Amino acid sequence: MRLVPKEIESLWTLFTGPVVWAAHFLVCYVGGAVYCARREWLGFGFEWVRIGVGAATAVALALIVAAAWLSWRQWGFGTEDPPHDAATAHDRRSFQGFATLLLSGLSFVAVVYTALPVLMIAECNP
Amino acid sequence: MRARASAAFGLAVPAIATAACSGPQSALDPHGVEAQAVATLFWWMTLAGALIWCAVIGALVYAGRRRRRVFSARAAGRIVLWAGAVTPSVLLLILLGYGLALMPDLRPASALTANDRLHVEVVGEQFWWRVIYHRPDGPPVVSANEVRLPVGTRVAFSLKSADVIHAFWIPQLGGKMDMIPGRTNRFSLQATRAGTFRGPCTEFCGPSHALMAFAAVAMDEEAFAGWLEREAGPAVRTEGPGLDAFLANGCGACHTIRGTPADGTIGPDLTHLGARKTLAAGALPNTEAAIARFVAAPEAVKPGARMPAFGMLPEREIAAIAAYLAGLE
Repeated sequence: MRLVPKEIESLWTLFTGPVVWAAHFLVCYVGGAVYCARREWLGFGFEWVRIGVGAATAVALALIVAAAWLSWRQWGFGTEDPPHDAATAHDRRSFQGFATLLLSGLSFVAVVYTALPVLMIAECNP
Repeated sequence: MRARASAAFGLAVPAIATAACSGPQSALDPHGVEAQAVATLFWWMTLAGALIWCAVIGALVYAGRRRRRVFSARAAGRIVLWAGAVTPSVLLLILLGYGLALMPDLRPASALTANDRLHVEVVGEQFWWRVIYHRPDGPPVVSANEVRLPVGTRVAFSLKSADVIHAFWIPQLGGKMDMIPGRTNRFSLQATRAGTFRGPCTEFCGPSHALMAFAAVAMDEEAFAGWLEREAGPAVRTEGPGLDAFLANGCGACHTIRGTPADGTIGPDLTHLGARKTLAAGALPNTEAAIARFVAAPEAVKPGARMPAFGMLPEREIAAIAAYLAGLE
């Protein structure tokens, strides 16, 4: 039995990548802003912000890779080329799988870009 | 005709292109740590952009002129993947990494917390700049419309506004920062070479926004220390008919001239007005005639300026005030 059924007749899986990207973005930016505004009250160092962003990034990338694998499977692992524009259930699923795969790729790159600043920035300013 | 026009164009383009590379307000003639880093980034981006442009146009010419055959769907897909997705993502990653790597050293937060360095407070007001030098040793020094700083030392700035949003920028020293009412924005600048620059207001703030500027002077450490010492002192002349006219007509209600009864704080401090590079926040050259003109009709020079006109005074009195103020070195 599959953990995730192969044929989900829903558009929601399409947005997994962008939703993870949005959540990761909010966690990083809101988390960083809250830390810098309340750092004295919070009492821990900026390295924990960097560790937190790193952990959030690892989780986000894992979720996106999982979504990408599922969509790759839905697409049929690339056995057929796009555009999948015939009026059949098979083409509809393939199209959705391919579109989800592309969105997952975009989201992966975006999450990496979002996390990049904590590699360089080591303090709140001011 | 056509050849001559294209020759003129050929001469004009480099002339226009290089005209922005020097002068008192050019970010491409850096005299500061941050401006240098940003100028280097600019030239790398320009070079890379030119190369990418050549590659894209080259591909276009190749596809349209030389090849003239349709690409297979597979080959076209590969071109889209590599040239349209992978290459731009990698180039953006490099650019983002380069930009982020610059950030920690350009405006280190440690410069803002140290108490042992010069800290300059600048307040944007319609349409001039209140400048206060907070020294580690000694009381603050109040000045206006001119920012001086020593070469080789990082100077902390705190930027405020008294009315609307202004923005502070010395292109040859570093990037700009907004001055927002109710907030204090902090950053720091480090000059690497001496020079005199123009700092424009870079956020539209009213009718005289384009006439709101200041002179910025980077000086050798010793010269700066001497200048600040003089700037901290009282006015060089504390009596005379010019000062009498100044006080009798109420100018002292808004302007301070240290060492005299004039102690107003609404307008710019005039204690050492004669020593400044410009008059009326960069709007006029600092001459006796220009001072007289501004006193008589500030609105004609700077629309929207808060200072009332004193054109109804006898010319003799205006001339005396102008002569007195021009002498306040």
